[in-house]
Amino acid sequence: MNFRRIAIIYRKELRDALRDKRTIVSTIVVPILLFPLLTIGFGTLAAKSMVKMQRETSSVMLLGETNSPSLAEAIRKVENIEIVPPAADYVALINDKKLRAVVEIPQNFERDLFAQSTNRPAVKIYYYTGEVRSQMAIRNVQKVIREFSDGLVEKRLSASGLSRDDLKPFDTREENVAAPTKVGGNLIGGIIPYMIILLCFVGALHPATDLTAGEKERGTLETILAAPVERSEIVAGKFFMVLTASLITAAVSLASFTATFTLPFVAARELGKFGKSFSFDLSMTGLLGVFALMIPLAVMFSAGLLALATFARTFKEAQSYASPLIAVVLMPAMAAMLPGFEPSAKLALIPILNVSLISKDMLTGNFQWGLIALVFASSCVYALGALSLAVAMFKRESILFRT
Amino acid sequence: MMRFIAAAMIEARQLSKVFTGPKRTKIHAVENVSFRCEPGQIYGLLGANGAGKTTTLRILATLLQPTAGTASVAGFDITREAQKVRANVGFLSTATALYDRLTARETIEYFGRLNGLEGEPLRARANELMQALGIVEFAERRCDKLSTGMKQKVSIARTLVHDPPVMIFDEPTNGLDVMAARTIVGFIRDCRTRGKTVIFSSHVMSEVEKLCDVIGIIHHGKLLIEGRLEELRERTKQPDLEEIFVQTVEQREEAVKDK
Repeated sequence: MNFRRIAIIYRKELRDALRDKRTIVSTIVVPILLFPLLTIGFGTLAAKSMVKMQRETSSVMLLGETNSPSLAEAIRKVENIEIVPPAADYVALINDKKLRAVVEIPQNFERDLFAQSTNRPAVKIYYYTGEVRSQMAIRNVQKVIREFSDGLVEKRLSASGLSRDDLKPFDTREENVAAPTKVGGNLIGGIIPYMIILLCFVGALHPATDLTAGEKERGTLETILAAPVERSEIVAGKFFMVLTASLITAAVSLASFTATFTLPFVAARELGKFGKSFSFDLSMTGLLGVFALMIPLAVMFSAGLLALATFARTFKEAQSYASPLIAVVLMPAMAAMLPGFEPSAKLALIPILNVSLISKDMLTGNFQWGLIALVFASSCVYALGALSLAVAMFKRESILFRT
Repeated sequence: MMRFIAAAMIEARQLSKVFTGPKRTKIHAVENVSFRCEPGQIYGLLGANGAGKTTTLRILATLLQPTAGTASVAGFDITREAQKVRANVGFLSTATALYDRLTARETIEYFGRLNGLEGEPLRARANELMQALGIVEFAERRCDKLSTGMKQKVSIARTLVHDPPVMIFDEPTNGLDVMAARTIVGFIRDCRTRGKTVIFSSHVMSEVEKLCDVIGIIHHGKLLIEGRLEELRERTKQPDLEEIFVQTVEQREEAVKDK
């Protein structure tokens, strides 16, 4: 291995990549735009449809109105609903989403209510579960029914000389004592490693396929193989290029993510539309730690993809091998977002999953140094494995000259 | 000077190459091929497609490893000293393409650097080659913007940048138009004039007839006959190379059938 030649190859690949629009787009442009666009786009869309839904009047059918004119009167006053005349096919109407809900007041409702008979009356509500508009309609209706019921309770209480406080002899109060970093970390601490791991992989994907299978396809591989360089030097030069792309993608996405969630005008504004305030304080040491752990992971991705793409004959073939891997990377990366999934010594040995779990932990300001060291060490072992696989693939002539 | 030290700049000794094909079948691409190429001579490997020319030349250029036998190129063993062999060889084939996103100059300098040139000597060498080959006017243009002929010139400069004593050409004119092919043929002659050892493969009879000092006919991985054109004429009693080729191949086929 000659470092001068590795550097020559690396510099050439870097120059080559900087002139390749697709590499620039996948390593720099996409990660920069992804987070702001996602939050703004999603936020705007969600806020808009929420507002629209809240404003929209939903049709509700009232059955047995005469059984309780006072309750019917109250329901009629509910905002954003329109009472439609009774019809027999209300089930079909709800299923067709022409009707959001049906409220049925049973016969003898008022008699049973006031006579205090053993017959407990029940108001029935028919709706479409899982359908947001239907659920919003019944939420409004239920609120009115509850008020109606509360009024009755109050009357009955005063009739027996009691007040509301008698129903609730004491209060409970909750207070959050967790540090703001932990709250912020828990909210988005799972998303950050997930996004960065994914982008680390995606950033390596294009250059890895282009530098191996792409070269085979274009016929430049034979040219470089005929030059007085060792094959391991060629792999090393290419590997460093792919790693650079992967790390730049990770760094750029991390910066873009941080900017999106700390600059007041981007995410905070969007999320403010929901009327809640979010705290995005993250542990800065944790953020640095996450990036440090990403390095062996990026090495593994870069070398693994190089090995895989070396096997392919054409760029397209390489991409069809590599694309399903996104799902493989996605699953363990997503695990950090699952509640109650905590890092442990066993999980520290599972690639990708270990980094995503420990990253979330670090972002919440929780540093379990023993586990962090274990995750780092096992990631390094996987990275070295992938690297030696890439070199081995590149030395096999049956793979380089596969036809 | 090399002429006196090593008579044979290329010496193949019973080279064999077996590929594993689909369903584990063994494909004998090259079988027991031996030959020698001398400095200042062009050795032509003539054969149909799939005869084993490319495999033989790729073995000599150390892109492939022989299954059996060996060869020395410029005095170095192709398996044990592959790196040194590559440093002494200029390899050009229709498969050796250029990097699209590098300019002509960058391409030449890149391969110069890989061959150990740096700084002023590298610049001087690149300029010298570009002048000699007429690349100067498009030196700063990216290779994907060059015509086939221009690309050929850059490829030639690439193979010559380290001034190798041995040149290996694998069907260099394949798929080229007349003018581009002429550039290559002229360049190959030039290599001989400068005392380089040249081995060249082709399936085009006229090209081999015009260019080569020594001709070897390869068929189904075996070297059937070799010698100067006059010698081949004498041995086969045929007037031109095409007849020599056809007769040699047919005789071989019959011999195989009789077995």
